[in-house]
Amino acid sequence: MPQVRFTHHLRRYFPDLESLTVDDAATVADVISAVNDRHPGLADYVLDDHGAVRKHVNIFVGGRVITDRTTLSDSVGNADEVCIMQALSGG
Amino acid sequence: MSKDHMVLGTRKGIIVAERKGSDWRITYDALPGIPVPFATLDPRTGTLWATLDHGHWGQKLSRSEDMGRTWNEVTAPKYPEDALVKPDVPATCRYLWVFQPGAADQDGRLYIGTEPGGLFISDDDGASWNLNEPLWNVPERMEGWFGGGRDFAGIHSILIDPRDSQRILIGISCAGVYETTDGGSSWALRNKGMRADFLPDPNAEVGQDPHIVVMCDGQPDALWQQNHCGIFRSTDGAQNWTDVTQKDGLANFGFAAAVDARDPDTAWVVPAISDEVRMACDGALCVCRTQDGGASWEALREGLPQEHAYDIVFRHALDLDGDRLAFGSTTGNVYTSDDRGDSWRPLGRNLPPVYSVRFV
Repeated sequence: MPQVRFTHHLRRYFPDLESLTVDDAATVADVISAVNDRHPGLADYVLDDHGAVRKHVNIFVGGRVITDRTTLSDSVGNADEVCIMQALSGG
Repeated sequence: MSKDHMVLGTRKGIIVAERKGSDWRITYDALPGIPVPFATLDPRTGTLWATLDHGHWGQKLSRSEDMGRTWNEVTAPKYPEDALVKPDVPATCRYLWVFQPGAADQDGRLYIGTEPGGLFISDDDGASWNLNEPLWNVPERMEGWFGGGRDFAGIHSILIDPRDSQRILIGISCAGVYETTDGGSSWALRNKGMRADFLPDPNAEVGQDPHIVVMCDGQPDALWQQNHCGIFRSTDGAQNWTDVTQKDGLANFGFAAAVDARDPDTAWVVPAISDEVRMACDGALCVCRTQDGGASWEALREGLPQEHAYDIVFRHALDLDGDRLAFGSTTGNVYTSDDRGDSWRPLGRNLPPVYSVRFV
């Protein structure tokens, strides 16, 4: 089962947020959906109105930045770690 | 009765001041570090509302039931999946620029003006939001609306006629003023007499740049707008506009405006050097007031810095309550007046850049 890790910045808005594992996640879209079920509203912090990754957010799968930021179709393996990070901006 | 709180939306959160005797004092703050483009009170419910502009996490909406001490995030507007700003550019909510409670006879009705130009309406006190499709679908939007200061056009002014809640005027930068008389089912441009020096046709009906539009509560057909190209006034409910810019004077470029609730001929603006500079005029901060419908303007300076001032007052950062005025600036200064602007006192001089000031 993929493990999901989050930037600590998100804990300001989701104080109970910890690293977690998700079941039956084949793509990044599945991962975000599962995370949002556990922490309602979190997807709106990571994705825009149409479900694309926000400009200043990065998602990594197995240490690599995802390539499909629009429909989140990058595949996720059972052994992968998915990291949801705040992109650096402003120095 | 005078309002005894003042809520500031700033680049670093909410700041609340309270009236203490004959003066104002900052008493608490909230949402530290989060930019707040706009905050105001819904007088029908006593709820304070704030729009939030997270750098990384998008645009959010928050409400407070205890005058701004604690806040709870609620659903923010989202553009429908098929909404396009331009061909091939999906519309996403980029800025929640202004929040307007509905009229007294509209339980649960709220409005939000956004960039890229969508007007969102809630009829359940903010539990859900819908894009106003008739405005979004006006035929001139795709080609005739454009960004002014922001990437895309945005709604910054929402004025509900106190005599008829189905009549609403909105100000869009850049598009101009629109009016609905049927509660938002249809919209018409109201820019006759306006001038846009930055367009090939300055008198174009669409593409005008009102920085703010304000309405006289006591005489709602009296409207004022601080425009990119000067100051304009209407006495017939926005059917016609008249240029009342002070020729060769200070009252010209700026962002904010206020109009007396009882006297439609009295208005205030905070001038700045025109768009390519955007600083206080001559390094001296002043407020300009007219008491004769814009025929003449006076510069009010008592208590305001008269040298080395770089302050700009943004469009929502000037407010009026009876004889009291307050404004906040981009350099973190807030000044208040109890005498219609004749004299000013500082409320804070080391605050964050101020985006909105509202007496509540």
